[in-house]
Amino acid sequence: MTLFLLCFLLFLVGLYGVITRRNLIKIVLGLCIMEYSLNLFFVLIGYVHDGIAPIITKGSERATFVDPLPQAMVLTVIVIGLATTAMLLAIAIRLYRKHGTFDIREINSLKG
Amino acid sequence: MKALIPLFVILPLAAAFLIPIFAGKVRGFDKYLASTVMLSTVVFSLWLLFVPEPYPLIYKIGGWEPVNGIPIGLYFVLDGLTVFMLCIISVVGFLSAFYSINYIAKFTGEKYFYALFCLMVTGMNGVVLAGDLFNLFVFLEISVIASYALVAFGIEKQELEASFKYQVMGGLASLLIVLGIAMLYWQTKTLNIADIALVLEGVNDKKFMLFTQFLLLAGFGLKAALIPFHAWLPDAHSSAPSPISAMLSGVLIKAIGIYAIIRLFFNMFMLSTDIAWVIIVLGSLSMIFGVFLAIGQWDLKRLLAYHSISQMGYVILGTGIGMLILARGGDLKVASLAIAGGLFHLVNHAVFKGLLFLNAGAIEYRTGTRKLQEMGGLSEKMPITSATSLSASMAISGIPPFNGFFSKLLIIVAAVLGKFYLLALFAVIVSIITLASFMKVQKYAFYGSSLRREIEKIKEVPFAMSFSMIVMALLCLALSLLIFPGIRETILMPAVESLMNMGNYGVEILGY
Repeated sequence: MTLFLLCFLLFLVGLYGVITRRNLIKIVLGLCIMEYSLNLFFVLIGYVHDGIAPIITKGSERATFVDPLPQAMVLTVIVIGLATTAMLLAIAIRLYRKHGTFDIREINSLKG
Repeated sequence: MKALIPLFVILPLAAAFLIPIFAGKVRGFDKYLASTVMLSTVVFSLWLLFVPEPYPLIYKIGGWEPVNGIPIGLYFVLDGLTVFMLCIISVVGFLSAFYSINYIAKFTGEKYFYALFCLMVTGMNGVVLAGDLFNLFVFLEISVIASYALVAFGIEKQELEASFKYQVMGGLASLLIVLGIAMLYWQTKTLNIADIALVLEGVNDKKFMLFTQFLLLAGFGLKAALIPFHAWLPDAHSSAPSPISAMLSGVLIKAIGIYAIIRLFFNMFMLSTDIAWVIIVLGSLSMIFGVFLAIGQWDLKRLLAYHSISQMGYVILGTGIGMLILARGGDLKVASLAIAGGLFHLVNHAVFKGLLFLNAGAIEYRTGTRKLQEMGGLSEKMPITSATSLSASMAISGIPPFNGFFSKLLIIVAAVLGKFYLLALFAVIVSIITLASFMKVQKYAFYGSSLRREIEKIKEVPFAMSFSMIVMALLCLALSLLIFPGIRETILMPAVESLMNMGNYGVEILGY
């Protein structure tokens, strides 16, 4: 249970970063932290007490395995996260070239 | 027949990778391949719509059969609603791709535009076909990452800022969706939507379910830009190149937002009156506030983007009323009417909003401005744009004989029959304000006199652009036919029925 709460705390840290920071790069970092906390949560769901890696070898047919499906999904989520982070950073660099700053207060031009 | 299903993903995906490779070597390869691929998906989807086949059709990727009744492979599921969505995606997609042949010629990096366009279509087709939650998420990410890049395609200050905003909000939405999926997996130990539906029938943990439902509703609501989650939409949709705005507003928010909401909440979760009320409230809020935010806009594309929020409110309201009546166990006919109204408005909105964005693109192509005050007197110089824009404006404000009138009528009649008099009144008032706002567009853009001196040089847009606009304007008229019995039964009702038999979805797909 403590682990889940810590995981949730990490999620809130990321959310705090996204909401309060003024720097584009820090917003991206906040999103990354939130994503890591979710990945952690996903892996925790699949954890089985005293479980071993789900590889069937001679002698381990009756052993308790951890659930491999969340691990496979977390790998996919990490890859998708890589793509979104790369995209966000590319846009942030372009914005920096146009405005000469990472501060969202100075970039803000779209209103209404 | 079943072998056709994966083609909807394979064809655009293959095109997306072939275009950057061969575009430099063969002249015009990118534009013609994109249009050809989209045209072939139009043909396939219309064929699937008109060939009577017992739904649902299931394609098991890799041929993995269920073991002991538990599905272990990935499924593509094709039922009435999916075919309906596939038709919308491919028709609007084809017309936008064809329109781009002229429109995108002024940008650099044309081949990347078409590659990203095909990638976005791949993602949307995948979302509506996916039979399991995780695949749905992966395809959703494919389409939104492509759309992030397309919004920033102009790489000017505004486009970049809109894209960054869109990505932060989209990233949050994706995280909420992943969290929702993780919670569902925790509870049910399966990801197949049909299997989850069967397992959830035995789950009574109401708080847990409510939490999961709110997570998914917030996540997909952000993708669908329902108010209060709408802040990114006007920026993103107005900054993108016009054919992409037509795709984003016309199809993307429906395929990854509205479709996912109605599919999951009708077919996967048990219907509950609480969630139905939340959906109705979200729908009416979007409907009312969207139109009030729209009427004050002077940037044509921003105005259209706010109207998208408002019109999505109608769709959500119609389906929400149907959901509430079903959850209460009320009159099935009224519920079916409300859902039919919602889905009918969904297809209508795809057509007329797509057309309005293409018109805005045509005006921008010739005059170089999006500000309504700087236009004027265009009806003589650009007769095709003016005529098609007039028909789309009449369709969106609900004037007969255009399609928007009939779908709004269905929703309002269903609301009255279901005794939601206040909601019916709101729908009528919003429709009137929509009319006022589009009279403003017509007056400032096409009629009246122009203050600009260079108006003499303006001529009609090239063939590919006017062709797409004319076809869409004809569709605006032709879709009114969906109201008549006979046509309605073949096209609209299979989609409604696939939502109406909510409890049987799981049983049908797993074949118990």
